[in-house]
Amino acid sequence: MTNSRKHRVLPGFGLSLGFALVYLSLLVLLPLAGLVAHGVHMSFADFWATATTPRTLASYRVTFGCALLAALVNAFFGLIVAWVLVRYDFPGKRFIDALVDLPFALPTAVAGITLTTLYANTGWVGSLLVPLGIQIAFKPAGIVVALIFIGIPFVVRTVQPVIEDIEQEIEEAAATLGATRWQTFRRVLFPALAPALLTGFTLAFSRAIGEYGSVIFIAGNMPMVSEITPLMIISKLEQYDTQGAIVLALVMLVISFVLLLAINLLQWYAANRHTQRHSERKPA
Amino acid sequence: MQIHFRHAAAAVALLLGLAGAAQAEQKELLNVSYDVARDVFKDYNPRFITAWKAKTGETLQVKQSHGGSSKQVRAVADGLEADVVTMNQPTDVSFLADKGLVAKDWNKKFPNDASPYTSTMIFIVRKGNPKGIKDWPDLIRDGVTVTIPHPKNTGNGRNTYLAAWGWALRQPGGNDKTAAAYVGAFLRHVPAFAPAGRDATTNFIQRGQGDVLITFESEAELIAREFGHGGFDVVYPSQSLLTEFPVAVVDKVVDKHGTRKEAQAYLEYLWSKDGQENAAQNYLRPHDPEVFKKYADHFPPIKTFTVAEVFGSWEKAFTTHFKDGGSFDQIYQVK
Repeated sequence: MTNSRKHRVLPGFGLSLGFALVYLSLLVLLPLAGLVAHGVHMSFADFWATATTPRTLASYRVTFGCALLAALVNAFFGLIVAWVLVRYDFPGKRFIDALVDLPFALPTAVAGITLTTLYANTGWVGSLLVPLGIQIAFKPAGIVVALIFIGIPFVVRTVQPVIEDIEQEIEEAAATLGATRWQTFRRVLFPALAPALLTGFTLAFSRAIGEYGSVIFIAGNMPMVSEITPLMIISKLEQYDTQGAIVLALVMLVISFVLLLAINLLQWYAANRHTQRHSERKPA
Repeated sequence: MQIHFRHAAAAVALLLGLAGAAQAEQKELLNVSYDVARDVFKDYNPRFITAWKAKTGETLQVKQSHGGSSKQVRAVADGLEADVVTMNQPTDVSFLADKGLVAKDWNKKFPNDASPYTSTMIFIVRKGNPKGIKDWPDLIRDGVTVTIPHPKNTGNGRNTYLAAWGWALRQPGGNDKTAAAYVGAFLRHVPAFAPAGRDATTNFIQRGQGDVLITFESEAELIAREFGHGGFDVVYPSQSLLTEFPVAVVDKVVDKHGTRKEAQAYLEYLWSKDGQENAAQNYLRPHDPEVFKKYADHFPPIKTFTVAEVFGSWEKAFTTHFKDGGSFDQIYQVK
């Protein structure tokens, strides 16, 4: 509250704050509140039983495990892609740059169907991998592939502007001070990149948790092995079991919220530590 | 996402309906139906409209909405103003009856348990049948893989599951234990469940998944129209499940629209010679013996059993097998 009393350069703080809160409430909180209010009309024991059947537990593992794996892969390779796109000039760079956004725009079902066709044992990629004993389509690996596909732009697009802001001179300065290439990366570049990278990772991760359209085609959807939680929710609805569907939705919501909160705290911590170090100029 | 789309579709359909009503006299029916019924009703609607005009002089419009069966009835329950529903699982119509939109005794309102035609679950195999698949036991031989959609989430998959269970149950000495054992073995030969019936077909035909695809007899013809007869053969097992396609008038909506007479006639006409011929031409088994005879080459003989005969009722079958903790879950959870 003390903040709002301070003098600001731009007027309309109260108005814009009010607008932002109303807007967020309408768009995000209202549907979520509806989910909760629609109600779980069951005892806690029933709720717990519904939320923890073996098939459901397996689906949490698949969903969060595959999402985590895909987000990690995306964080690593997304960073490389962003780096290359910012720091190097090569023919077709603009084209590649535009390509990165494609997974944003493509309907996820199209992505899923295309990937499935590609990785099935008659597909271009599948026909090469299957003889080697590597099966991707209709296995959990397929889920990861689909999630990597839909998640990559999040990392690239969040890291890219930060890399653009890091002047090349900083690397040169580090080199003149005797830093090896690894040290330059580890101590100079990475700390500056880490917050953005973490944001990209989080976005890719949360997108992957909720993903349905692209995954169901390639997953194989085998109980206990490759069923994702969103599929379990659909499955409940197909049984006319709206209550059960709400239970699973709430569980996903809570787990996602806790994970995202943890990542945000981590990010806050990383950013703080970075600025602290800079201001204190402590040798690490 | 799909659900949102349905709601949007429902909203659009509603708006269209309102606009139509405002326009005036011309009456309109909305038939909300399952996914693959598109072709059947595309052919059926003009036939009915012509017949209705000849009989009453009234020009009628029929709109169609297609989608996954259970999603469609949920949309109707949520307010999509369907005058009639034409589904592929009796449980879908019962769901609407439970919600008070359809008469409780809906399956007595029309002959044949309100199913104007039937189909059965058959096997589709690779050209020349290289694995020599002839009947249900062949599906659990070593090295045979089967392609089906998800048995818990799709009408097609549920019918397949019940067909396999019913066949095993009706073998000499068959009981629930032997049936569960057979279905368990059968499911171990299914490496992946497609999200919907059409996806299973695509996995089988275009992606080379599996040696056998199990689907509706009527689907086999659609597959042939789409992909040509070249790639596969159709195999009729010794016995299979007779599948029903229940229809019902949505009481609440027709009373509001004042279309009860038309809706009733629209569904009744499915049992007329013309309606039965339309079904037969789309490879759905008609009840009319004359029409059946005329199109006998579409329907090779096969011994069939109904869900009511083997499982008591669809509701019972649903509870025993597909509800959470039912036989399907047990097969996968006991490990």
